[in-house]
Amino acid sequence: MTELRMRDALREALREEMIRDSRIFLLGEDIGAYGGSYAVTKGLLEEFGEERVKDTPIAESGIVGVGIGAAMAGLRPMVELMTINFSFLALEQIVNSAAKLHYMSNGQIRVPLVIRMASGGGSPLAATHSHSLEGLYAHFPGLNVVCPSNAADAKGLLKRAFRDENTTIFIEHTAIYGVKGEVPDDPDFVVEFGKANILRAGSDVTIVGYSGSVHQALRAATLLEQDGIEAEVIDLRTLRPLDMGTVIASVKKTNRAVIVEDDWKFGGFGGELSAQIMEQAFDWLDAPVARVSGKDVPMPYNRNLEFAALPSEEDVVEAVLAMM
Amino acid sequence: MTSARANRSRSKQPIEDYLLSEEQLEEMYYRMLLSRRLNERMIAMNRQGRAAFVIAGAGQEAAQVGAAMALQPGVDYLAPYYRDLGMNLVFGMNAREAMLNVLGKIDDPNGGGRQMPSHWGNRERHIVSQSSVVATQFLHAAGIALGAKLRQDPVVVMATCGEGSTSRGDFHEALNFATIHRLPVIFFIENNGYAISERTDKEMATAGVAQRARGYGLRGIVVDGMDGIAVYQAVRPAVDQARRGGGPFLIEARCYRLWPHSSDDDDTRYRPRKELEEWAAKDPIKLFRERVERDGIFPREDLDAIEARVDEEVREAAAWAQQQPDPKPEDALGFVYKEG
Ligand SMILES: Cc1ncc(C[n+]2csc(CCOP(=O)(O)OP(=O)(O)O)c2C)c(N)n1
Ligand SMILES: [Mg+2]
Repeated sequence: MTELRMRDALREALREEMIRDSRIFLLGEDIGAYGGSYAVTKGLLEEFGEERVKDTPIAESGIVGVGIGAAMAGLRPMVELMTINFSFLALEQIVNSAAKLHYMSNGQIRVPLVIRMASGGGSPLAATHSHSLEGLYAHFPGLNVVCPSNAADAKGLLKRAFRDENTTIFIEHTAIYGVKGEVPDDPDFVVEFGKANILRAGSDVTIVGYSGSVHQALRAATLLEQDGIEAEVIDLRTLRPLDMGTVIASVKKTNRAVIVEDDWKFGGFGGELSAQIMEQAFDWLDAPVARVSGKDVPMPYNRNLEFAALPSEEDVVEAVLAMM
Repeated sequence: MTSARANRSRSKQPIEDYLLSEEQLEEMYYRMLLSRRLNERMIAMNRQGRAAFVIAGAGQEAAQVGAAMALQPGVDYLAPYYRDLGMNLVFGMNAREAMLNVLGKIDDPNGGGRQMPSHWGNRERHIVSQSSVVATQFLHAAGIALGAKLRQDPVVVMATCGEGSTSRGDFHEALNFATIHRLPVIFFIENNGYAISERTDKEMATAGVAQRARGYGLRGIVVDGMDGIAVYQAVRPAVDQARRGGGPFLIEARCYRLWPHSSDDDDTRYRPRKELEEWAAKDPIKLFRERVERDGIFPREDLDAIEARVDEEVREAAAWAQQQPDPKPEDALGFVYKEG
């Protein structure tokens, strides 16, 4: 085990996988000498050379499209997009090609592509940089959607993504790039897709989060302890595939569920979770499922405003207390 | 050079070789310098933790001010990009407003603390707010120009960005659309040599952006972006022609980003110091001052007086803006829709 920040754990995953598999190469803006917008690819150009670490023009649809082609041709490309907001430029390529080609070609064509992108507020970079739209990508069948909350998972899940035959949307919350955690050194360490993680056991309420919101959930659980409430905190880790089994088992034990996400509530992933809990554990619920989410506004710039637009641990505590 | 001219009013007659009057040249110097000094103060405020994010135009002031002065503020439209403080100053922004903007204050006339700093927008001044997603504003510019053409309104729209952003599809689609419909759009590209860390040769295989115009059937020219007078002289005829219905024009101003990309960037990772020093010697504000002094347009005292005025304006604006109210948490909710 080594203590690493999430960004360093991601870099370790890239390095190890590039050493393991010579088909892997990286495409992205400022990923070479600059080392990536969030320093994830720092040093990789020096180690692997320009053939495998390519700075690209500013053309998100273009580089994802090229990545899809290279993946179809048998390579294992990774595309880094600076933010999830910019990934919209490549949405057509991702949704109509990467996610569908295997199906449309009757299983002949595979697109084993890894697309990494940053999400989340707090930087502060406002409305066209800072959203959390994991749920948007989870909407599309044909994609893996991965959103780690800590350094070890970041490494294990990214390594797992390179071993998949499908396209993986790998979403990294900017507020936790610098958060440290113990990370296994074993080059064969991977974290399976579709396995949620119970980060804290409890009997009174289940708090479900993913990506950055797991941290609000954990801090809320600590605050709730003072009120004598034992919260179970579940980190989904991947939204597709989704491990509902772990969530349902927990809800059947605690009889209450609160979902936390930075994303907008309206049409968001929390709605999907809530519906599935209702479908699968309705009789066990002592209260309606609660959702704690970002406010229904584009992310504002000024810190006062951004803070008001994002969910906090206090909001989570309030939601739990309201259902006790 | 005599100091007798120090306080006399400036002539409005165009000076030979310059095609600009004394009055315009004074304005050019004042706006370029104001832009630079404001940016310097903003960076200092960032270092002090007072401004979370600063992105500046140092090295591009001549390009920006020269180009914007060829337009008619109040009539023409600007679809600018984040470095264009100089253009905004020509279009009526003052030092206090620039400071409100970088601090994300509620009274910032661009976005009231909602929008990112340097994402200019002011309806009254015909400046259109934009996404951080680069090059999106070119299509908006084409749309504004289409509207103007349909209304038979003789306005010109200037849309700008850096050279790196011209690899995006929106830029190409806008060139194509504007040319098909002969729209009054000036595509003004500030080629500063870098897109964050990437040099131009990683962004395009052509020697520059101007060549890209030809493929769409419009004219593209290169101008020395370190020379505000040359920029004005190149842009002015293009604007006049567009206003008369002659269609779009692309102008690539070759300049240089004298500072790191933004307050978050460390440019030592990718930029040779020697290159930076060579360009710093061609600082557009310094070159302008030397030229007008040498040609005897303004005596040194006049130029010093302008500098003193700029410094005082920036000092006052920074102090004032920091006292202005921040948005309150409840302000986060307004403006998602136009109510009523
Ligand atoms: C579509 C998109 N991709 C990436 C970015 C991140 N980004 C912001 S500025 C920039 C560089 C732009 O370079 P250039 O157009 O040359 O303008 P300069 O900053 O040099 O003035 C990049 C890549 C963005 N804002 N939008
Ligand atoms: Mg540039």
